[in-house]
Amino acid sequence: MSAAASMRTRAPLMQARSVTRSYGGNIGCRDVSFTLYPGEVIGIVGESGSGKSTLLACLSGRLEPDSGVISYDMRGRGFVDIQTLSEPERRMLMRTDWGMVHQNPRDGLRMAVSAGGNVGERLMAVGARHYGDIRGEAQNWLAKVEIDLERIDDKPRTFSGGMQQRLQIARNLVTTPRLVFMDEPTGGLDVSVQARLLDLLRGLVRELGIAVIVVTHDLAVVRLLADRLMVMRRGEVVEHGLTDQVLDDPHHPYTQLLVSSVLQA
Amino acid sequence: MSGARESGYNFAYLDEQTKRMIRRTLLKALAAPGYQAPFGGREMPLAYGWGTGGIQVTASVIGPEDVLKVIDQGADDTTNAVSIRRFFQLVADVETTEATEKATVIQTRHRIPEAPLEEGQIIVYQVPQPEPLRHLEPREVETRKMHAYAEYGLMQVRLYEDIARYGHIATTYDYPVMVNGRYLMAPSPIPKFDNPKMQDNPAIQLFGAGREKRIYAIPPYTSVRSLDFEDHPFRTQSWDQRCALCDADDSYLDEVITDDRGGRMFVCSDTDYCARRRANGHVGAQGAIDPVGEKTDALSGDAQ
Amino acid sequence: MADPITVSALSKTFTLHNQGGIRLPVFSDLSLRVAAGECVCLHGPSGAGKSTLLRSLYANYKADGGDIIVMHRGAPIDLVSAEPWRIIEARRETIGYVSQFLRVIPRVPALDIVAEPARAIGVSADAARGKARGLLTRLRIPERLWSLAPATFSGGEQQRVNIARGFIVDYPVLLLDEPTASLDAENRRTVIALIQEAKARGAAVVGIFHDAEVRDAVADRLFEVESFQGRAA
Repeated sequence: MSAAASMRTRAPLMQARSVTRSYGGNIGCRDVSFTLYPGEVIGIVGESGSGKSTLLACLSGRLEPDSGVISYDMRGRGFVDIQTLSEPERRMLMRTDWGMVHQNPRDGLRMAVSAGGNVGERLMAVGARHYGDIRGEAQNWLAKVEIDLERIDDKPRTFSGGMQQRLQIARNLVTTPRLVFMDEPTGGLDVSVQARLLDLLRGLVRELGIAVIVVTHDLAVVRLLADRLMVMRRGEVVEHGLTDQVLDDPHHPYTQLLVSSVLQA
Repeated sequence: MSGARESGYNFAYLDEQTKRMIRRTLLKALAAPGYQAPFGGREMPLAYGWGTGGIQVTASVIGPEDVLKVIDQGADDTTNAVSIRRFFQLVADVETTEATEKATVIQTRHRIPEAPLEEGQIIVYQVPQPEPLRHLEPREVETRKMHAYAEYGLMQVRLYEDIARYGHIATTYDYPVMVNGRYLMAPSPIPKFDNPKMQDNPAIQLFGAGREKRIYAIPPYTSVRSLDFEDHPFRTQSWDQRCALCDADDSYLDEVITDDRGGRMFVCSDTDYCARRRANGHVGAQGAIDPVGEKTDALSGDAQ
Repeated sequence: MADPITVSALSKTFTLHNQGGIRLPVFSDLSLRVAAGECVCLHGPSGAGKSTLLRSLYANYKADGGDIIVMHRGAPIDLVSAEPWRIIEARRETIGYVSQFLRVIPRVPALDIVAEPARAIGVSADAARGKARGLLTRLRIPERLWSLAPATFSGGEQQRVNIARGFIVDYPVLLLDEPTASLDAENRRTVIALIQEAKARGAAVVGIFHDAEVRDAVADRLFEVESFQGRAA
């Protein structure tokens, strides 16, 4: 009921206006605008080089757009243009109210630190200094992402690809962020492992009401995960709307091609 | 001065420009306690790892009137300590001592003397690895940002890992500290037993890392807090034994193997402290039989 | 109080850009009003646009013009122009849709698939599962299957899980796309009963029913989609 009630008054969580970024003469992304509401999952699809990763880097403050504004509703501060944040403020945001799940677990995990330490790091970063509490919270999150508690003191390099990805998710969600960026979260995983991960993600995102911006080239991922879809091509959003609407009734020639190129699953 | 002049070296080996540069760095380091200030480290006539950083700092602060004490693992008579002491005798012609309270400058590797330091004294630590975050974050660019923004959660992760693996914080030396509530600092590989001595110490504490070309410092009477967890508070080592020679129960003890039949004894690592106590009539369990020479031989063997 | 569904001047044309830009007009200037407690059967030969209309009413297809006004939380919203989050909200609380095929979610047991829509509107886990058990029992899904993911179920079993999922929430608007297509007579009668109960509580129902028995039992009137085809531009 609370989720439904909060829908009544809809204040956006993030707004992007005319975000443009190019590399020399090459277009990264051009004139991208959208509004993200709390708890909403947006999928960004497109082929390699379509600009989706550039866009994600801009949105998550890792890349400065050439023009355009990205504003975020910061806890206790209201809407802030993320470009005006200082670097420490941005880094703080990234390890508290935001999360980032990378395609390659090596980019998102500390491979030399135990699973428990990986999950606990964000808590310690925001001042947790009680070992028992930190460990309890780490156990709690490992259970949520279905990692055997016996593995809590093992290093992630001994984990399978799917487990590493689930650990990355736990590591990010432990501070209950309101927005998580995901870059091809299921890339490089076996199909059966992908399904399990997606199902887990879907459950957690809904249970916790987290907003997600997920970049992928896999339409099955967005079909299962995303409420809304943006289709990118050559740096521009060519079509956007409800996920099932865009996939089942695509209007843009490129989206039609994309959808028809996928084997029905 | 005569010794230096005769040897053909500039006073204290380094040229005056270099000493000025290092002194400036020292001032900067003292102004931002715990901050690793980069400096233009010079080639020294000994290999990295033998105290080149400490020697450059000592050479920059020492004057003809100073009295120098050099210790390695607490002992004045181990190879490294003897070499460095001789070096400064040769290039600066300064008086040297083994007595902690007589020294105005103390260069140390791996210990802080047991006798409390006083105002006016300078202690110079030799530092092999100045970056406490290095084990966890190999990228220098990143660790610098972590210091700049005081993002020290990662250091806590290392302590967490200790407790997860061993049930307690197993780090026993180079135990990380927060200086003046701002900078995370590696205290050099001193035993954590010595960490509390850094807190509010009346002496000036200087740290020199030769290979990494970093200097950092703790001004007198500065807060130096050892990191810990609420439910795993910082604790120093303690021993069931007393010093076998001087009967001290408050000093850092080395375990010394005395024969090849399992014989062993615990003795003060601070040789000056131990000798002074014995001179004052304190006698340990084996203090009466064991001549001083034998004990120090054992310690020399123990040092790297 | 306004009718739960009011469609006016609705038009839909598919343009196949990758097949030479062929335009396939489906309907135009289509109007339809469904009252509370009424069941309208979309009628006409195959290809008349029945499914397209039904999917448009769920905003699964995007109409080109006109509007689809649905009473949601006591106020009208236009599914053609509403923001995505609003449509998602309306789907969660107001508009139920039973498709021909169950979209299986890997690893999720049948019981939870059925209970999920109730959970999504805030029903407690126990209450939602209790209701799901009741529906699965009525639809004769053996209890031993409840804890399994329906990927391996037969077509008829999957369809019944799908129906249970569509009826677990008392949606004010129900869209049914051949709900009885692969069911035996007994189960068909159960579905008829479920539809009649929905009507009795005031749901506006729009469906495609090829089966004459079902159609005769539940439909209050037939709606000829084909008659709006000729006017397509």
